[in-house]
Amino acid sequence: MAMHGMRGLSVFISDIRNCSNKEQERLRVDKELGNIRTRFKNEKGLTPYEKKKYVWKMLYVHMLGYDVDFGHMEAVSLISAPKYPEKQVGYIVTSCLLNENHDFLRLAINTVRNDIIGRNETFQCLALTMVGNIGGREFAESLAPDVQKLLLSSSCRPLVRKKAALCLLRLYRKNPDVVNVDGWADRMAQLLDERDLGVLTSSMSLFVALVSNNHEAYWTCLPKCVKILERLARNQDVPQEYTYYGIPSPWLQVKTMRALQYFPTIEDPNTRRVLFEVLQRILMGTDVVKNVNKNNASHAVLFEALALVMHLDAEKEMMSQCVALLGKFIAVREPNIRYLGLENMTRMLMVTDVQDIIKRYQAQIIASLKDPDISIRRRALDLLYGMCDVSNAKDIVEELLQYLSTADFAMREELSLKAAILAEKFAPDLSWYVNVILQLIDKAGDFISDDIWFRVVQFVTNNEDLQPYAAAKAREYLDKPAVHETMVKVSAYILGEFGHLLARRPGCSPKEIFNVIHEKHPTVSTSTIPILLSAYAKILMHTHPPDPELRNQIWAIFNKYESCIDVEIQQRAAEYFAMSRKGDALMDILAEMPKFPERQSALIKKAEDAEIDAAEQSAIKLRAQQQMSNALVVTNQSPANETPPPPVNQLGLVKMPSISSNLDHSSADQTLSVANGTLTTVDPQPPSADLLADILGPLAIEGPPGAAVQSEHNVVSEMEGVPNVADGAAIVPVGEETNSLQPIGNIAERFHALCLKDSGVLYEDPYIQIGIKAEWRAHHGRLVLFLGNKNTSPLVSVQALILPPAHLKVELSLVPETIPPRAQVQCPLEVVNLRPSRDVAVLDFSYKFGTNMVNVKLRLPAVLNKFLQPIPVSAEEFFPQWRSLSGPPLKLQEVVRGVRPLPLLEMANQLNCCRLMICPGLDPNPNNLVASTTFYSESTRAMLCLVRIETDPADRTQLRVTIASGDPTLTFELKEFIKEQLIDIPVAPHGPGPATPLTPAPTPAAAPPASLAVQPTAANDPGALLAGLL
Amino acid sequence: MIHFVLLISRQGKVRLTKWYSPYSQKERAKVIRELSGVILTRGPKLCNFVDWRGFKVVYKRYASLYFCMCIDQDDNELEILEIIHHYVEILDRYFGSVCELDLIFNFHKAYYILDELLIAGELQESSKKTVARLIAAQDSLVETAKEQANSISNIIAQATK
Repeated sequence: MAMHGMRGLSVFISDIRNCSNKEQERLRVDKELGNIRTRFKNEKGLTPYEKKKYVWKMLYVHMLGYDVDFGHMEAVSLISAPKYPEKQVGYIVTSCLLNENHDFLRLAINTVRNDIIGRNETFQCLALTMVGNIGGREFAESLAPDVQKLLLSSSCRPLVRKKAALCLLRLYRKNPDVVNVDGWADRMAQLLDERDLGVLTSSMSLFVALVSNNHEAYWTCLPKCVKILERLARNQDVPQEYTYYGIPSPWLQVKTMRALQYFPTIEDPNTRRVLFEVLQRILMGTDVVKNVNKNNASHAVLFEALALVMHLDAEKEMMSQCVALLGKFIAVREPNIRYLGLENMTRMLMVTDVQDIIKRYQAQIIASLKDPDISIRRRALDLLYGMCDVSNAKDIVEELLQYLSTADFAMREELSLKAAILAEKFAPDLSWYVNVILQLIDKAGDFISDDIWFRVVQFVTNNEDLQPYAAAKAREYLDKPAVHETMVKVSAYILGEFGHLLARRPGCSPKEIFNVIHEKHPTVSTSTIPILLSAYAKILMHTHPPDPELRNQIWAIFNKYESCIDVEIQQRAAEYFAMSRKGDALMDILAEMPKFPERQSALIKKAEDAEIDAAEQSAIKLRAQQQMSNALVVTNQSPANETPPPPVNQLGLVKMPSISSNLDHSSADQTLSVANGTLTTVDPQPPSADLLADILGPLAIEGPPGAAVQSEHNVVSEMEGVPNVADGAAIVPVGEETNSLQPIGNIAERFHALCLKDSGVLYEDPYIQIGIKAEWRAHHGRLVLFLGNKNTSPLVSVQALILPPAHLKVELSLVPETIPPRAQVQCPLEVVNLRPSRDVAVLDFSYKFGTNMVNVKLRLPAVLNKFLQPIPVSAEEFFPQWRSLSGPPLKLQEVVRGVRPLPLLEMANQLNCCRLMICPGLDPNPNNLVASTTFYSESTRAMLCLVRIETDPADRTQLRVTIASGDPTLTFELKEFIKEQLIDIPVAPHGPGPATPLTPAPTPAAAPPASLAVQPTAANDPGALLAGLL
Repeated sequence: MIHFVLLISRQGKVRLTKWYSPYSQKERAKVIRELSGVILTRGPKLCNFVDWRGFKVVYKRYASLYFCMCIDQDDNELEILEIIHHYVEILDRYFGSVCELDLIFNFHKAYYILDELLIAGELQESSKKTVARLIAAQDSLVETAKEQANSISNIIAQATK
């Protein structure tokens, strides 16, 4: 195929290919770039042909991975060339070289628009393609109407319309407001009648995006989708060129079934019947054939059908048919099918009633854990983790432990965390649990976070029966030649506390225990030494009759450390030494640790939070896609985050311990700042608060309640919290992490917390902290943003832009361009609520630190409930009002499933937090809640809203919500809002207010309350304060 | 949604990159480096999917070239695998038994064809015939323009003689 005579380009490519090493290649590239640069400088002399050639060369160089930081202007300028060949090159190179955030693109908007509204079909195609591939928000705002016109035009040919459909999809992703829901349902329905399959395929992608955001508006499209599916899958009524290996457009089939998964149910019995017929045909009629592509295509359809069946919660019979199919798949030779079989089985776990059938395949799944393919092993691990319960935990966990020794490095961390979580969650007995965790530490100590071994200590301390067993085990492990440091910590702690219980066994005299611990002493780091010192002190105390030789030995050690540079070690050594000279007085001071208060495991809590996230995503797949693409946008704009972060549902399970401590830290941080009243000071409060939080976070597991009470032995009691020095070490990883520009704390969690309260931290990274304080009055709101520079050098190019949704009028006062070092600026923000909506305003914030440009997009907590004012309503007022609002659209009712099970009292709390006032006594049924509130907006003025929630005590995961108000939009929005609250529960309210008990976890030991991360008293703990200052 | 498409040779040379989600130049380089490391080292009889930073990468090897597409966790993997094959078939038809060399020297063609297949990271056209027709039409537009330019430059050349 000819290069259209572009010889220069071919020669350049050949030259590059002939380079024998990277260095030569670089020289050749540099030479070429130099040449291009000079040619571009006197642009006047360039013919269009030359320009085209150079621009292609630039793209080639870019593709090779070299920075091409000039010539973008020339590429963009080709777009406005009058002739097709130049224009084509301009469009295509621009869309490859630049991304949507590039400034040059803005310059092109007008030219692009002219091409779109012009009469030239080929130009339209070029323009739509580029906008569809890299168009950003500004394109969305200025071009969406024109693109819509093309899509709907009857005079445009399919080749333009299909491009317009996907172009509009891109613009919609960038700004959902460009598609006005009201008119679009009809248009979309019309588009789904399209006969041209190219246009229909593109339109279906657009439809999937629309319906994923708001299925309510598109009910009329549902039967059309079923019809399309029927036409393709049953009637096979498509032109020959649209069949792929004999299958009628598998892609369109998949997309159509994907769209159907966004509708909660299918009510019309006829449509439902037709759909199930088609699905049944797909499930039964897909055979494994020789041809790989045919096989893949038919299975792509089959797996999508499976997902749809699961979603529709079909009859039990069909479900077990699905599980049987999946069971067949996970045993086949073809690796893709095996992979997908495991993946879909994991998704299937969400469906009730099938777990038991899935358990039948346990042996096969465990076998997949040894598959040669790591992708498949990962799916098997996920599935085993998901299907584990009390009945099979022992088998599964032991299998995981066994696998751990041979597992590749990439999986060990995840594997050990999952094993630890399962062991705790489903332990049949505690000695088994202790045994499992010790094995884990032994085999994969590097991946065992402090949380995990703290938990073991907690269980052992609280269960007397367990103590001798744990001590014996610890003793056993210390005999091994190479012991992981974590094992040294936990063993030393346990043997210090309970070693004396072993006294009569051989090899377990105090002296022997001391020796076996002390043997490890030369190999451990400073974080472990304080634990060893405490253990020695306890051993000394338990030695009866006193053994002078041992005593002298231990004293020598204390002596040695009295001059240690580490303050914690020094203090312990000095105090233990002094105390141990007091003889019997030691007995009281070093008595056994009191029992820990029962609390939920930090690990399990994290796992549960992650599960809720995951469940939410699949339950109402809503926004999932959008969130994903937002995440990409956000990371992209902050150069320090070089790759997209994992989506939320990955958190918790596969995280490094250091990051997870960050979570605690963020919540603790918020609590503290609230406790301080306002955020008026940035310096030095926040940094010390951070450090405190870091220490206090993990420490929450420790700190026995008795310790604070023993006031007379104040110094000692604080030392008894032995591992708290180990916690001090937790600062290190966190500190390191802040060096790369990660936001501190979870942005989403912060946002959710701020939705329920009026001040706190909205965002924080190593350079800046953005606090927020808000006051709300009727439909007006006044927010103040506190921008605090945490550093000793100024932050420059500060920019804040508000992207308000249509229903809010937001005015931001001027934001200074520079924030001086260690200073804080306040930026007031006025908000007026025009009408009810759940859309959220976004703060587009950027600044420069050094050479780093940081840009984040933050949701502002100016959400629906902020415009609510709780109001008590008596029975006389309530019932007439309730009756007068008789039905849709003023009164709406919906059964909500997938609700997070909550005690009624807590649900009431939850509603209270959202400014809905619970009116007790109005509903005779004690399982129901009635609430009232007033909503303020410019269009509705003050409007009374009534809410009734009926719960089912037998099944707390579902409830029925009824909402009534005088405005149909308000009713609808409020209903959706309440649903969101009940399904997605923001982390239990931190800070002031009653500690809300969480639902008890299935293990006997894990119990509420969980929000103990920071106890106010802990802030007075001198040890913690001291460490905070370090 | 497809976030990006990569064509990488067995030696790790990049033959095509197309980004549907915004990545800066630096991020692009990092993604390519990371994924080359993951994918090129995978053995032959394994599945065509790898987990990567919370996304999934679907890839397939054709002779010396790896075609990779990055998608969201819950997208349909096999559907994407066959989009790759669909693309390869169209390239094959266009170049007449395509090989890596065709794509090296005609990399711009590979981009044109991809643009007729995908927009916004979604499939635009599933008929090979239609895509072939549109590409042929584009080629002839370019050819015509060139002929015109030639004839004009001839006229000018003759006139100025």
